[in-house]
Amino acid sequence: MGFLDVIILLVKCLVLALATTTMFAYFTLFERVLLARFQHRVGPNRAGYIPLPGGRKLLGGFLQPAADAVKLFFKEDITPALADKWVYLISPAFAVIPALIIWATIPLACWPSGGDGVVPLGGCAPAGGSNFLQLAEFNVGILYLLAVTSIGVYGIAIAGWASNNKYSMLGGVRATAQVISYELALGLSVLGVVMQASSFSTADIVAAQWGWWFIVPQFLGFVIFLLASTAEVVRAPFDLVEAEQELVGGYNTEYGSMKFALFFMSEYIKLVAMNAIAVTLFLGGWHLPGLYTLAQAVTDNFGQFAGAAVLGLTSLGAFLLKVTLLSFVSVWIRATIPRVRYDQLMHLGWKVLLPMALFNIALTAVLNVLFTDRYISGAIAFVIGLVVVLVVVFFEGPRKPASEVKLVNEAASRAGAQG
Amino acid sequence: MLGEIIKGLGTTLKYLFKKPVTVQYPEVKRPVRERFRGRHELKRFENGLERCIGCSLCAAACPADAILVVPGENDKDHPNSPGERFAATYEINMLRCIFCGYCEDACPTNAIVLEHQYELSFYDRKTSIYTKDMLLVPADQGHGEIPPILEQLQRRPSPPAQIDL
Repeated sequence: MGFLDVIILLVKCLVLALATTTMFAYFTLFERVLLARFQHRVGPNRAGYIPLPGGRKLLGGFLQPAADAVKLFFKEDITPALADKWVYLISPAFAVIPALIIWATIPLACWPSGGDGVVPLGGCAPAGGSNFLQLAEFNVGILYLLAVTSIGVYGIAIAGWASNNKYSMLGGVRATAQVISYELALGLSVLGVVMQASSFSTADIVAAQWGWWFIVPQFLGFVIFLLASTAEVVRAPFDLVEAEQELVGGYNTEYGSMKFALFFMSEYIKLVAMNAIAVTLFLGGWHLPGLYTLAQAVTDNFGQFAGAAVLGLTSLGAFLLKVTLLSFVSVWIRATIPRVRYDQLMHLGWKVLLPMALFNIALTAVLNVLFTDRYISGAIAFVIGLVVVLVVVFFEGPRKPASEVKLVNEAASRAGAQG
Repeated sequence: MLGEIIKGLGTTLKYLFKKPVTVQYPEVKRPVRERFRGRHELKRFENGLERCIGCSLCAAACPADAILVVPGENDKDHPNSPGERFAATYEINMLRCIFCGYCEDACPTNAIVLEHQYELSFYDRKTSIYTKDMLLVPADQGHGEIPPILEQLQRRPSPPAQIDL
């Protein structure tokens, strides 16, 4: 590895980190506007706009993230007197660094570079070359993703402890318990994909989804992954960690100014990163029908570099489109579903998702051995997955047995008869 | 359970495509009701004389003690108001005022009226005190006839019956 390669790598790291933080800023705007529209409101539309002729305003509010950042920078920076000072100061970094480094192994797009220049069908890196738009490709990329996403909870737990505040402490403890509970289901649902692709490498998994996204053969895994990843990033409806009604603000109660902003940032970057992982594992990554044909046409007419560039940009667009769609679903769910109770959370994690994930692994293993044709096994797995999800939903609604339910009118009339 | 979740998601999705109900406040202002109680105004008679005769009944009726009236003697040749006295000082502390409208009820000459202006904000407490020249309507905006009783300069108006002093 030459000096130039190191420089290029560093620049890529910097650009990726800046891109994720910018994306965080605009995700907050995306979420605020969408939530507002879901609730029949307008949302932020004041800070910054593009004036159009006729007095109309375009993109009202697109500078809102900048305004928020400036506000947070100028807030007073407080350290509670009884806090464990160094731990208190270091925990925002503990939270935000894992959120940023998750992105390293996710193949954001396909920009083949180096090597012999021949792009393998479905894959991206030419023989001897690499994918320019994936920061790090190594053969256990999935393990790295799982490890880093779960390290993120240390920041929250430490923050809750160091604040020396009982609400923060409870928030941190809840975060730890929740993340540990859902880690299992998350890891097992990912394992199904790994078995399907016979590889731990993210690039190989994307390549294996050529023409056949894993949402079909791994439908059960996809459902489990969506639920478990929502809980893993403590997002609504599983946001008990910062349940305002019970815990004030949870682990970030005692944090203000940029320290709070860092927690906020880690939460949102993790959310989008989880969506990006879901896209990589289940929705075909950067694949989109017609991309290779387009790139081949450009290569034939304008040369190899132009072809690679077109493939890189269009596949990046496809990837971002899929991530945006999943993010929209996250916001939609947040706007719709109320927060679950703690016992419901634990019930879902341990008694529903974990057995389902184990069943999914068994199913994948059996089907892949029984049928050599991946389309047949995939179709069967899809049908069985759908049936399992429906059956589980039907029987596992966390409801009381009918004998324990007391109707209000009935109870009142009984009380009246006694009195 | 799945049915309920899908129904809920459908409801929120339906609202996504509806027009928001938000009123864009500084640009668009909703009209207030006719009897809305906003900022006070001191009215005038049609001939330009002030309606306020400095009787301090509004100050007495005010439950928040927000009104200060200092009466003065009218100059016979250049009267400020019909009658002997006028309000030399008339101040309302808008931070104390609760906009109950009792001053309106107490006023024997209908001088003080709570109007529709509701944008009352200040940068400091001193500017929350509205003085007479802020409250008094301009001279060119008269407000009806002088009640006949006030034309007889020798007679003092009796306090209205509805206020229990």
